[in-house]
Formats: sequence, C-alpha cells, structure tokens
Amino acid sequence: MAEQYSSWLRPAGAGLYCVPGDFYIDPHHPVERAVITHAHSDHARPGHSAVMATAETLDIMKLRLGEGAGRSMQPLSLGVSMQVGDVTLRLAPAGHVLGSAQVVIEHKGKRAVISGDYKRQADATCLPFEPVSCDLFITEATFGLPVFKHGSDREEVAKLLASMAAFPDRTHLVGVYGLGKCQRLLSLLRAAGYEKPIWLHGALLTITQYYIGRGLDFREVPHVSEAKQLLAGELVLCPPGALADRWSRQFADAVPCLASGWMRVRARARQRGVELPLVISDHADWPALLATIAETGAEDVWVTHGREEALVHELSRQGLRAKALSIVGREDEGE
Amino acid sequence: MKSFAKLLDQLSYASSRNGKLTLLKNYFIATPDPDRGYALAALTDEIPVTIPLRRILTELSQSRFDPVLFEMSRDYVGDSAETLSLIWPDKVLAEDAPHLHQIIDTLKTTPRNQISTQLAAWLDALDVTERWALLKFLSGALRVGVSARLAKLSLAGAFNRKIEDIEELWHGIEPPYTELFDWLQSKAARPDINQVPVFRPLMLAHPLDDADWQALEIEDFAVEWKWDGIRVQFVGQGGRTGLFSRTGDNIAAAFPELVENQQFEAVLDGELLVKRGDDIAPFADLQQRLNRKTVKANMLQDNPAHVRLYDALIIEGEDLRTLPFDQRRDRLEKWHAVNQLHHTDLSPLILPSNKEQLQSLWAATRENGIEGLMLKLRVSPYISGRPKGKWYKWKRTALSADCVLMYAQRGSGKRSSYFSDYTFGVWTDDGPERKLVPVGKAYSGFSDEELQRLDKFVRNNTVERFGPVRSVLPQLVLEVSFDAINRSNRHKSGLAMRFPRITNIRWDKPASEADTLSTLMKLV
Repeated sequence: MAEQYSSWLRPAGAGLYCVPGDFYIDPHHPVERAVITHAHSDHARPGHSAVMATAETLDIMKLRLGEGAGRSMQPLSLGVSMQVGDVTLRLAPAGHVLGSAQVVIEHKGKRAVISGDYKRQADATCLPFEPVSCDLFITEATFGLPVFKHGSDREEVAKLLASMAAFPDRTHLVGVYGLGKCQRLLSLLRAAGYEKPIWLHGALLTITQYYIGRGLDFREVPHVSEAKQLLAGELVLCPPGALADRWSRQFADAVPCLASGWMRVRARARQRGVELPLVISDHADWPALLATIAETGAEDVWVTHGREEALVHELSRQGLRAKALSIVGREDEGE
Repeated sequence: MKSFAKLLDQLSYASSRNGKLTLLKNYFIATPDPDRGYALAALTDEIPVTIPLRRILTELSQSRFDPVLFEMSRDYVGDSAETLSLIWPDKVLAEDAPHLHQIIDTLKTTPRNQISTQLAAWLDALDVTERWALLKFLSGALRVGVSARLAKLSLAGAFNRKIEDIEELWHGIEPPYTELFDWLQSKAARPDINQVPVFRPLMLAHPLDDADWQALEIEDFAVEWKWDGIRVQFVGQGGRTGLFSRTGDNIAAAFPELVENQQFEAVLDGELLVKRGDDIAPFADLQQRLNRKTVKANMLQDNPAHVRLYDALIIEGEDLRTLPFDQRRDRLEKWHAVNQLHHTDLSPLILPSNKEQLQSLWAATRENGIEGLMLKLRVSPYISGRPKGKWYKWKRTALSADCVLMYAQRGSGKRSSYFSDYTFGVWTDDGPERKLVPVGKAYSGFSDEELQRLDKFVRNNTVERFGPVRSVLPQLVLEVSFDAINRSNRHKSGLAMRFPRITNIRWDKPASEADTLSTLMKLV
C-alpha cells in the first residue's frame, strides 16, 4: 500500500520531506536540512542551513549562489551509506549533469529511491545513471509523453555541423542550458572532430571552467568578447534566453539553434524562432522512463514533475501503484 | 519521399523568404519528374487525390495507441498529424521510402476502406520526419509558410524564366506538370493552354507622387474612378468562364452568379464589387463573399456580386495587349455593347478639362465616398507587372490620428530580437475615469533608427509580459495614418482601421493629449 510510505516520506510545504531522517530533498524554500540531487536552480535553492550533496553539486552551488549556498555543506561520496536520524542514506549517480545523484533511503526494511532529474543516454561529462532496485521509485517526468523519443545525440551534432558547412557565412548560435547541456555539447562536438574554437556567452564561462578543472578537455572555448570580428562561419553557445536578445544582433546573420528535448515538437521550435532545432536532452525520454521504472522493480511509483498525468496513466495500466506528487517550484521547461 | 521530407522540414524552420526560395530552387533542380511535380502540387494546394485524412488519422490513432495517451500527446503537440508521426514506433527501415508519385498512383486505385492499412504500411517504412511529411502531403495543407506564388517564383528563379510566363500557363496544366518542367528545362515547347480559361499577368499602377503630378500632362491620360473592390480578371475561353484574383487564384466558385449562364470569348480586366441596384456597397460587404468555397442563397441575395470592367487583354481570340489603351478601351466598349455580359458594366471615363478640375475631383473623393482616381497613359500598351510612368493610382488623402502605444510584440525573421509590432489606442473620452482602448495595430512606416528607439522604449517601459507581447506604460504618442476607419464588433473599441501605418513618433507629445474615441467616431 502506498500509505505505508507516507508515514516516513511525504510532500510538505517546502518539498519532499523524509520524516524519520528529518531532511528535505530538493526543497523549494529554505529549510534546516536539505539533500540536493543536483545543482540546477529549480532543485538547488539558496538559504538552507545544512546541505548534503555530492562534492560537485556543492561546488557548483557555491559558484552560483555564493554565501547563499548553505551554512554548512556536507559532501557525500557516491555509494557510501550513512545514518541520518532513523534512516540510511546514500547517493547513486543519475546521469543528468556533473554531480547529479539519486537519493537512496532505507527505513524499516524498505528502500525508496528519489531519482532527481536523470537520463539514460551516454554522456561523457558525467557518470552514467545507476539503476537501484527499490520498493518505491520517485521519478521525474519532464518528457512524460509517448511523443518524446530523443534519438541519437551524435546525429543531432552531425546536423549542426552540416548546417555550418551549408551556411559558411553565418554564425551558428546555439542556445544551451549553462550547467550540463553546454558542456555535453562541447564534448560531443570535439568527439565529432570539430577543431575550431567554440565561442561562449559570458554566462556559460564559470561552470565550463569548473568542468575543465574536473579534468574535462574542451580545448579552445574563448569568451565571445575576445572575438575581433562578427564570427561568420563560427559556432557560439549561449543561454536559450540570449537567442532573441539584443546580444544576438552582434553576429553575422545568426542561425538560431536550440539544443533541447522540446525541439522534437515543431511548434516549440517555431515559437522561439529557432531555425535549427537540436533534439539533445539531459532527461529521460518516454521509453527510458518506462524502462527505468521497470528496471528498479518498484511496485510503487510517485511522479514528481513534468507531464505526470500521462506517466501515471501508463503505469496504472501496467498494474503498478502510481500517483502524482504535487511539488511546488519545479520549472516546466526543465532543460 | 526522402528529399521532399527534407525540403518540408527545412522550409518549416526557415525564417526568411530568400532562405525558402533557395531551398525550393535547389529542390526543383535536383529532383526528377514526376516527384517534383507532385511536390509542386502540394505546395500550390493542387494535389490530385483527396482522402478523408482526418477520419483515417482518428482510426489509426484509436486502433494503435492508448486513447488517453494519444489525446494528452495531441493536446501538447497541437497537431494530430504531427502527433501521429512522433508517436509512431520507429522500425528498422528495411524498405525504401515510397516516392511521391507511387503514393499518388497507389491512392488513385486503393479502395476507400483499405486506405488506412496502406497508410500504416507506408508509415512503418518511414522515419519520423518522413512520416510527418507524408501526412502533411496528404492533408493538402502544408503550413510551411510557402504560398503558391512563392513556389512559382522559385521555379522562375531555378530555370531562368519569367514568373509571368509561368503564371500564364498555370491554370492550363495539371500535376505532375511534366510538360511545364520540360519547357522550363528547354526540352519541349511551351504547353498549349488555349482550351481552358487561364490567368494572364496583370498590369499594375504606381502611387502618384508630387513629381509625377507636376510632370503630368492631362491630355495624355485617361481618368477613371478608383473602385474600392478587388481587382479581377474575367476570362471566357472554350465555353468555360473563370474569375481570377490578382494573384491568379480562380475564385469563380464563390461567385456563381457571375459565371453561370455567362459565355464569352475574352480576357477582361475589372473590379469585383458588391452592387445593390445602382449603389456600390462598402468593401466590408464584399469581404463577406471572399474566401468561400461555396455560397449560400441568402449571400447571393444580400451581397450580389458585380464586375466593373475597365480593360480588355484579349477579345474573340485577338490579343490586344500590344495596342494603346485608347484602342483597347474602344474595342471593349463596342464588344460589351453587343455581348451584354450580365452582372457587368464599364467603368466610366471621366473627362476633366484641365488639371485644376482634376485636382478638385480628387479633393472631393473622400466626401463622395470614392477611394481615389486612376490615371492611365492613353498610348501605353498593356504591360504586365508595374511598368514606370504608365498607370497611376491617386488615392484620397489619408486620415490621421494621434494614438498611444499600448502593446508591443516581437517581430519575426530579422526582426525577432525587436519589439516591432505595435498596438495603439485612444482615450475613451475626457474625464477622470477615462481609459485607453486599442484601435489598431501597425508594424511599418518607421525607419530602422526609429525601430531601435521604439524597441528601447518598449524594453524600458514594460509593465507586463504575455509570451511575446509586452504591455507598456501609456506614454508614447504615435501619429497613425489610415485610409479609412469602420465600425467593427471584433474590436473592443468598436472600430477598425484600414491600412494603418505609423507616420510620426511624437516623442514630444504628452499621452494625455492623444485623440479620443469620439474624435475617431466622427471619421467613420
């Protein structure tokens, strides 16, 4: 019965709360004790007293939030269990971005896993998702509709390079999320043999530098302000919001591109004025959500954010006990 | 199918007209017959088979997918055909994708009750973009921002021909247009189109500016009233009658009273109007009749159509286009007097004795409810396009009002980083409770420098954001000129402007001094 978990794990005002451990997972408001799955701003909020997360997540939170990152920061090593209150807690890699983790909680012989955001595609910039068998799986559902199937990221990069060859006089301007997507795309481009400098918008520099410090080699990734000309024929990465910003006017007849799982839907690309949509996502697509849930063996599944209705419907059809958790503060965009 | 899917995919994201033209040109040059012909048919809405696609899509989605999941997906994607193409399982592609001509040929012979099985078999053999393209192809509405005119322009560009020559052929040929492509590639002579009514490219007028007026000698020009309808070409050929809009679309189906029991052999130029008794109805009444596939009886009775003729391109098989205007007019008058086409009359020639009299006729046009004057060089042949110094349109002076900028919306294409579309309003009336109500929208009339400044104003004075639209503080006065203003129950203010453009940005004028609704009401 689902109720057996709600005595120790339940949505409270600030987010998902573990009662016997007395901590929140990715709380939206400041709390005493928080476990953070990854450093994206809709999961890692400022102002908590004590924060537990992977060392990478804590580092990135400090870079982004400064003093607000938390009063006491306790790094947890992946796979190492520790006792917190009346529960055993450990983290397992989630494959979403550098430092991202699932939260594994054991209490009275039952195991619950909170996925955070995750993907199953390979990504050279972070550890792969590790399936953990459990009784209760609490999953995201950003792309929880059967129309979402992400396809091969290498083919999408090949599409970008083909467009650059077809329009050698234009700047290709690719909107990417600053943490994760940016660095994954850099890595994919280098793996595809793209050797020229890849220019970065200022907002992407800090986190990219952090990835480089962690041993990733992106080769030349200069700041756009160092450019001497309009960057015709060059590749520039920027936050998605900058695509239609005044900033974008400085380039040579820019081709607006956007790397996101949403780009599978044409209307989404057109609304944003995107000429070259690139379906590259750091979230599980529909088949990956279903496969992962099956793999965990969980009989209870709670769905936290995204298109939870459709996923709950499909899981119920399969005979699982599934329900949608209404958790405040998650951004619908999620990419 | 592969190259067509790629074309459609790229067109759907291309933002500039030139980008689309290039994509189309490359496609038509690189693709063999008859597939490129069927692609052209799809782009011009002339696909030669119709299938009940909506019913088939429903049937396929309901029999193959969970209805709840499909419905949720469709709500999210916003388009049934796209949803089906996305949700359809990817197969290992063993078969080659079918060619467009194979699709057409197969559908022509497939019994109705087997179409959905056939469609499913094709979808199984295609990738996601091809599935989408196939469904769009069969839907008859591509919605990739390409008009029939743009498709024809790309042909002209690709094969170095004149667009007029292609348009003149257009209504005499059918998909897959093999004889058209043979001619475009100089492999065959021009197709013979003399058996059916076809559209001939029109001669268009320039606006009359001050310099033109100064240089104008009155005796060189024939003068007519400028009628407030739409330009049409009325064609009788081989016992059939066609009515073409200025873009060459045959709109005869919407105007049965004009083409039924109407037999003649001629190509005539005129204005389509709604006429009740001796009165020409306002343009809004004609609008009720446009863009309809069928007409109801009460429409025919309430808004009867009429063609006011002013030129003839061909009469009884004789091409008059090389003759001067005076001779064509003379031939038209004599022929019309004998043939008495019903629902037609001739646009009368006005004969002012001097320029002063012409000027006063023009000055009185607004008062007399006339849109303006047309001046036509008497010695000029009928030349398609917009030749210089031959025909002038002299519109009545524009009306003007001082309005307040209320909302701004992002432009598209090159203007997508600018707030370049402006909605403006006027004050409800004097008094402390007065509010602004929107009266129109404009996105032209200003220079690039002014656009930069307007964009900055919008960003610095934003009150609220609604997606691509921002509401701004009511502080900036725009001087808006417009041809006319009419009552409209589609707008909150109850008014709609015709052809508004921004003529001046009044950075200096306080918003409180902008015009009021009652002032605009007086201009209706």
